Amino acid sequence: MKLMINGEEKSYSAPLTVMGLVGKHGLKKEGVAVELNKKIVKKVDYENTLLKDGDKVELVHFVGGG
Amino acid sequence: MSDKLIVAGKEFTSRLWVGTGKYSTFQVMKAAHEASGTEMITVAVRRVNLNPKKGEESLFDFIDQKKCFLLPNTAACFNVEDAVRTAHLGAEAGLSKWVKLEVIGDEKTLFPDVIGLLEATRILVKDGFTVLPYTNDDVVIAKKLEDAGAAAVMPLAAPIGSGQGVTNPLNIRLIKEAVKVPVIVDAGVGTASDAAVAMELGADGVLMNTAIALAKDPVKMALAMKLGVEAGRLAFLAGRMQAKRYASASSPLDGISK
Repeated sequence: MKLMINGEEKSYSAPLTVMGLVGKHGLKKEGVAVELNKKIVKKVDYENTLLKDGDKVELVHFVGGG
Repeated sequence: MSDKLIVAGKEFTSRLWVGTGKYSTFQVMKAAHEASGTEMITVAVRRVNLNPKKGEESLFDFIDQKKCFLLPNTAACFNVEDAVRTAHLGAEAGLSKWVKLEVIGDEKTLFPDVIGLLEATRILVKDGFTVLPYTNDDVVIAKKLEDAGAAAVMPLAAPIGSGQGVTNPLNIRLIKEAVKVPVIVDAGVGTASDAAVAMELGADGVLMNTAIALAKDPVKMALAMKLGVEAGRLAFLAGRMQAKRYASASSPLDGISK
């Protein structure tokens, strides 16, 4: 399936949960936030939220700033 | 001596808040944070790099969250919608609903859009956030932000990253006199004396990033800033003498041996 993630189209094999996606990019759920089709996914829902073809995902984390 | 900074019920021993941007390495940043004695660290919220270089490190691993509170900002947000959205993302990524709220109005000066800032403050307060707005050194806006529920007001000393020091000392003093919430001077200091000046004017704290990160020796500057903030605070509490035009001898003028 294809996801639009951070403005980039990428292919992933289904089934894939939000937690799976976070893990695939080498991240822990602490310190990240995920927006799925413009709605924030709560951390408690990472495991049980399945992604589907065409979903728009924003995956953000903390970077240096003032 | 108990002279704690209290913001929204949270106590801080240190009155120096620091950022995480522009450091040469995360190791230098961590050492600077330790030297500064800070308990409040600002971070930005950005897209994860999906194609990282090998061995790319995570900022998160270089912040001592046992000692320091993490404060996400909404830097680079030029409208209310983006700022509110970024605040929510930051809250989800972090562990709190505190936000350093920025709504920027001008790319060249990075001055706040205070109209948007006020609107975003109202929205986020309603959403249950502890809102710390980065604002212009304007007493009227500071009062309006307080009325809107801001937990502190954070007027700039000078443009972000400019290192000019407190360009309008009178306004900082007037803001401090006008609001009851803490006043944190945010942005524009360049060196330790600037931080001391801000504190002598009555500010409750100082937030800085570039002045430490871009010093030749950031760790040494971090310590200088810690001491500057402490010196300024003590001087403010001590109450300075009245300045006079002419000399007033410190030693007796009579009784000189002849």
